[in-house]
Amino acid sequence: MKSVEHPFRFVTVSYLTRIGNQTARTLPELLDGLEECSDASIFYHTFQSLGRHHFLTEGFSNDFAQWALAALNLPALAEQLATLDIRSYLVLTDLRNDLLRITHEYCRSHTAEAERVAFEPFHFCESLEVTIPVAWEAWTLEEFRHWLEHLSTSSFHYHFLSSRLRLGLRTNDFSQWFENELELPDLAKNTNQIDVYTNTIEGARVQLYKIVDRELAA
Amino acid sequence: MSLTKTDPHVISLDDYVPVVGAPEMDTLRALAAQLSGRTVQMVNSTAIGGGVAEILNRLIPLIQELGLHPRWDVITGGSDFFEVTKEFHNALHGGPCQARKEHYDLFLATNELNRQRLQFDCEFTVIHDPQPVALIDARAKQQGHWIWRCHIDLSHPNPEVWEFLRPFIYRYDAALFSSPDFARRLPIPEYLAYPCIDPLSEKNVELDPQCVSGVLERFGIDPARPIVTQISRFDRLKDPVGVIRAYHIVKRYRDCQLVLAGGGASDDPEGEEVLSEVRREAGDDPDIHILNLPPWSALEINALQRASTVIVQKSLREGFGLTVTEALWKRKPVVASAVGGIPAQVIHKHTGLLVHSVEGTAYQIRFLLSNPALAQKMGEQGHEHVRENFLITSNVKRYLTLFLYSLTHSQR
Repeated sequence: MKSVEHPFRFVTVSYLTRIGNQTARTLPELLDGLEECSDASIFYHTFQSLGRHHFLTEGFSNDFAQWALAALNLPALAEQLATLDIRSYLVLTDLRNDLLRITHEYCRSHTAEAERVAFEPFHFCESLEVTIPVAWEAWTLEEFRHWLEHLSTSSFHYHFLSSRLRLGLRTNDFSQWFENELELPDLAKNTNQIDVYTNTIEGARVQLYKIVDRELAA
Repeated sequence: MSLTKTDPHVISLDDYVPVVGAPEMDTLRALAAQLSGRTVQMVNSTAIGGGVAEILNRLIPLIQELGLHPRWDVITGGSDFFEVTKEFHNALHGGPCQARKEHYDLFLATNELNRQRLQFDCEFTVIHDPQPVALIDARAKQQGHWIWRCHIDLSHPNPEVWEFLRPFIYRYDAALFSSPDFARRLPIPEYLAYPCIDPLSEKNVELDPQCVSGVLERFGIDPARPIVTQISRFDRLKDPVGVIRAYHIVKRYRDCQLVLAGGGASDDPEGEEVLSEVRREAGDDPDIHILNLPPWSALEINALQRASTVIVQKSLREGFGLTVTEALWKRKPVVASAVGGIPAQVIHKHTGLLVHSVEGTAYQIRFLLSNPALAQKMGEQGHEHVRENFLITSNVKRYLTLFLYSLTHSQR
């Protein structure tokens, strides 16, 4: 196995939720909030929401879609908002713009529904991240496989999903290291293709175990 | 009174590993390592009884075991002070305010006495609820991080009491609320801090099946037939009569029993009245079990929740609704009103079903009774939701994260 120049350094992450000042009870109010809220708020309700609800196996994508469904009873809008795949976004501005576009278009074509008042308000919140490098380092794929089992769900989410925003690339920390350090582009590609929308986060981790184990056995 | 918990029988961090997993406990240790030796002071108004004391009783030893130096202080005051703070409490929930000038003076004088009596020299001071809020006066210039933890719903306070308390609250570095619904716009940062349950407490710990069946037998409940349960005080805001009406609708389609279990009827005249209304509504239906339980019935409540097929919380108003948390933790499908902190726990169609009426409650109970596989799935997902967000370990993690964040982002 190739020796690497830089080990994979695992990180422990924890989030604090800041309650924002914006609240929406209707779609126009949601639009206002989407326009004005911080990037940390978009992150909280999309990337982080998926992490917070990592145990759900189906039908949950982001807080906006869930609110449209459960509080406004607008399944068509919910479906559209839910189809946004956070892995496609490298900057939160693009994600915000798509959320705005979908909601705007829905309001234009469904004027009566746009005025509907929600059962419960939507509260805009923000994620504040605290990261701590842990002592574990992986210099080989075997070591990586070992430490992967010790990773908390939120740290797995941090390396696998939110890393896209940090890296500004359509990839993740694991795939980056596999490709750049271990020079295993297929392993990097297969890892990046794991679908977190049809799996729980734990399910995604199990898939990664399998892919890594296959590579180790080869 | 100053309490630093060193009880050798106290549950330790390692006891939580089988419950939340080693990685989660490693996260707590990694966060705490950055705060090793830091001093933390928690101040509230009661050492026993009530949810805050219950949480602090577990939180303090866990934080201590993690290497911080926590201290728990309880303010003292006469019965007249606590009558005033009860008045404030009701007013902050939006009720009318009967307080007069002497009440406000008494509030300030009692806070001042406690300020003189207690020591405030910690790096993090967390003041719980409005009773000791004026202790912020003890803060030396720029000293430490002061956080106000508000456990009550502050969204629609009585303006007079709010105007009185507001200047104190504004002087804290941050405020913590149990739900975004309970917060109000403040000029200081506001953070979310869900209340929590302890999975190792008598009310939530795993029970063996004989214990559960023993409790059912004692109350004459048939374990072989579906059981629909609401655990709550006999209080109109919990709408027990509405639950019976929903049960009557369900009963037209499905065989089931209804258990309404709770306390509050023995020491509260209104509770007694509500209990009578409930009994009237139930009539002589042998499948309705109305259980007025004493306060020391944690084990019985645990068993009833575990034996239930569906758990209902049809409140008209609610705080956070920790009975819902308890039910979800026990992997039970839940039908609950979309009020207070319940929507944070019941993610509609994922961890339970949210309802808005008697008819809706009945419909969703029928749905769950008819779809046991779906009910089971919701129960499992509810359990995970609680594991992630509403356990004492999550509470510890939030405090550690807040302390770390405060240290690294302090503007002072």
